[in-house]
Amino acid sequence: MPAMHVRLGAFSAALVLAATLSTTASAQKKYDTGASDTEIKIGNIMPYSGPASAYGVIGKTEEAFFRKINAEGGINGRKINFITYDDGYSPPKTVEQARKLVESDEVLLIFNSLGTPPNSAIQKYMNQKKVPQLFVATGATKWNDPQNFPWTMGWQPNYQSETIIYAKYILKNKPDAKIAVLYQNDDYGKDYLKGFKDGLGAKAASMIVIEDSYEVSEPTIDSHIVRLKASGADVFMNITTPKFAAQAIKKNAELGWKPLHFLNNVSGSIGSVIKPAGFENAQDIISSQYFKDPTDAQWKSDPAMIAWNEFLDKYYPEANRADASVMYAYIVSQGLVHVLKACGDNLTRENVMKQAASIKDYEPGGLLPGIKVNTSPTDFAPLSQLQLIRFKGEHWERFGEILSGDVGG
Amino acid sequence: MSAVEDVVTEAPAVEAVPKRAMTLGTGTSLVVLAALLIAPVFVKNFIIFQMTMLLIYGLAVLALNILTGGSGQFSLGQSAFYAVGAYTTAVLMEHFNVNYALTLPIAGVVCFAFGFLFGQPALRLSGVYLALATFALATAMPQLLKLNFLEHWTGGVQGLVVTKPDAPFGLPMSQDMWLYYFTLVVTIAIYIFAVNLLRSRSGRAFMAIRDNEIAASAMGVDVALYKTLAFGVSAAITGIAGSLGAIAVQFVAPDSYTITLAISLFLGMVVGGVGWLPGSIVGAAFIIFVPNIAEGISKGLSGAVFGVLLFLVIYLVPHGARQVAILGQQLAGKLRKN
Repeated sequence: MPAMHVRLGAFSAALVLAATLSTTASAQKKYDTGASDTEIKIGNIMPYSGPASAYGVIGKTEEAFFRKINAEGGINGRKINFITYDDGYSPPKTVEQARKLVESDEVLLIFNSLGTPPNSAIQKYMNQKKVPQLFVATGATKWNDPQNFPWTMGWQPNYQSETIIYAKYILKNKPDAKIAVLYQNDDYGKDYLKGFKDGLGAKAASMIVIEDSYEVSEPTIDSHIVRLKASGADVFMNITTPKFAAQAIKKNAELGWKPLHFLNNVSGSIGSVIKPAGFENAQDIISSQYFKDPTDAQWKSDPAMIAWNEFLDKYYPEANRADASVMYAYIVSQGLVHVLKACGDNLTRENVMKQAASIKDYEPGGLLPGIKVNTSPTDFAPLSQLQLIRFKGEHWERFGEILSGDVGG
Repeated sequence: MSAVEDVVTEAPAVEAVPKRAMTLGTGTSLVVLAALLIAPVFVKNFIIFQMTMLLIYGLAVLALNILTGGSGQFSLGQSAFYAVGAYTTAVLMEHFNVNYALTLPIAGVVCFAFGFLFGQPALRLSGVYLALATFALATAMPQLLKLNFLEHWTGGVQGLVVTKPDAPFGLPMSQDMWLYYFTLVVTIAIYIFAVNLLRSRSGRAFMAIRDNEIAASAMGVDVALYKTLAFGVSAAITGIAGSLGAIAVQFVAPDSYTITLAISLFLGMVVGGVGWLPGSIVGAAFIIFVPNIAEGISKGLSGAVFGVLLFLVIYLVPHGARQVAILGQQLAGKLRKN
C-alpha cells in the first residue's frame, strides 16, 4: 500500500541524518537498517489471497494496531512503519516478499509472518541475513530452536505442548484409560500426535488402543468414528480441524459413544464448531485456551476486553469480533510493542532478539488470567501455558490450574 | 466419429503461426542478450533474484509455448512437471549430495520420461478434453508429494530446504549473481534448442499436426509419436525450470506447486503471445510483476485489480506481446519510409 511506504529518498535522508546525529550528539543511540530517530520499519507477510486468506485479517488487525500506537506517539518517539505484503500462502512468493522486505524496503525485522510452509521457506534466509523473524504465526513446534535458528522465534503455544497437557491430565485423572486418537494426516496432526505420545511417555503404547487418521480431502469422517467406537476406548483425543471436529461431535452423539472427549483448541470456536454440532452434543468436552474468547459473555465487563473493543471501534470498525484471529493479532502486536520498547535507543537486530529472548512474566491484554509470556536465551516459545476448559451449557468453563508444556523444536 | 467430436476437432484451437514469425531477428536478439548480461551489475541482489525468477518462469512458459504454440496441444498440468523437476533436484542435492548443475539434466530426463508417458493417454484427447486431463494431473500432484511412503524423501508437507550454491572458482560475485548467470546460460541454451527444434523436421511435424492432424498423417507424419514427443520435450524443459526454481528459492514444498502455478504459466503464455517464443519472457514478467502492481494499487482488492489488468491486456492486444512487437515493427517501418 503506497500510503504505508515512506519515499525511499526521504528515508535515506532520514538515515543520513540519523547517522550524523548518532556519531556526534548521542553516542549511545544505535541503529541497524530499518530503524532511525523517527521510525521503525517492520515487515510482515500474510496470505491476503489464496487458500488461507481467512487469516489475512491478522495482518489487517496488526496494521490497525500500529496506527493506534503511532497516533498515541509511537514507541519511544519513533513511528512504526508497518509494511505488509501478500504471499497467497505460496512459499516461493514468501521468499520473494521476504527478500523484498529485507533488501529493498530494508526493514528492521519481519514480524508474525503466517503459516508453517511459508515460514519454513524463509527461515534459512532470515538466519543467514541475521534479520529477526519474530513471533511467527504458526503453531508448529520447530520454531523453538534457538541453537540452530537464533533469529527465528515462535509465539503461540505450540501443538505439542497442548497435547502434552492433555496427556498429563489423563495420566493424573484416568491412569487406566483406553485411548482412541483421531488425527488429520498432515504436519499439524502429526505434531499434535507426537506431543500426545511424548506426554504419555512409556505408557503410550499400552494406553492408546486405536490410532486413526483422515485426509483433509475426505468429505466426512463418520466411518472413522464408527471404527474408534468399536475399539472400546473410553477416552477420545480429537485432533481435527473445525469442519471435521463438528462432524465428530455430532457422530459421537448419534452413536451414543460417550468417551472422555479431548478436543484440540484449533477447533475450540463456539461459533464455527460447537454450535453447528449442537450444544447438547458437546457437553463436557475438554479443550484448552490461552486468550479470552470475545464471544464469551463472562468477559463483557473485563477491562482488557473493553480496551479491545475501543481499539476496534476507533481503528478497525469493520472487524468481525467473533473471529479469534482479531484477538490473536491484537495480543501478538502488543508483544512486539513490548519488545521494541524494551530495546530503548538500541535498535539493532541483535538487541531486538536479545530483548525478545528476555521477556519476564509479561501479560498483554487479552490473555486469560494467569497466562504470561516468558522467554529466555534457551526458550524461544513465548507462550507455552494453557488453561483447561470444559464445555458446560453454552460456553466454556475454565477449570484447574494453568498448565505448562514447554517443548523445543 | 460423432458429430460433436467433429466440431471440436475441426475448430482450430490455436491459430497457425508461421515458423519464421516465432522468433526475433538477430539484431534484436543481441540487444536483449546484452541487456540481460549487463543489467545485474547495476542492481541490488533482490532485483537480481527477481530477474532470475523471470528467466525461470520464462523457461516454463517457453515449454508450454512449444507444446501449445508448436504442436497445438493444451496443458494445464505444467505445474506437475515443474514440481517433479524441483523435487528431483531438491532430493538429489539434499539426500545424495549431487552437484546442483548435474541435477538439471537428471531432472530434465526424469520429466521427459514422465511427460512422454503422460502423453500416451493424452493422445486420445484433444482441445478442452486434454486440458481437463492435464488439469487433473496438476491438482493431484501436491497431494502425491505428501504421500506417506514418499515422505522420507520429500519431507511431506514440511518440504525440503535446498542449499544455495556459491560461485565456483572463487569468482568474486554474490550467490544471487552467480545463480543468475548460471540460469541465463541454461535459458539461452534451451532457447536456442527450442528455436532449432521448431525449425527442424520435428518442428515442422509439430506444426503440421497443429494446423491439420488428418493432413499431417496423410503426409506421413507419425502423429502419435510427435504428439507425445512434444509433451516429453515440454515436460523436460518445464522440469529444468523447476530445478532452477528450487535452487533459486532454496525451498520446495507441495504448496509451492498448486494448480495456481499451472494457470499462471498458461496465462503467461497467452499474454506473451501463443507460439511466439520471445513472448515467453514477457509473459513471465506479467505473471511475476503484475500481481505486485495490483497489490500496490489495492491490498484488499488485489485479485480484482489483477483481473481488470488482465482483461485490459486481452481486450486491447488479444495476441499478447507478439501483437505489440508487430505493431512496433510496422511503426518503425513507416517512420523509415517517411
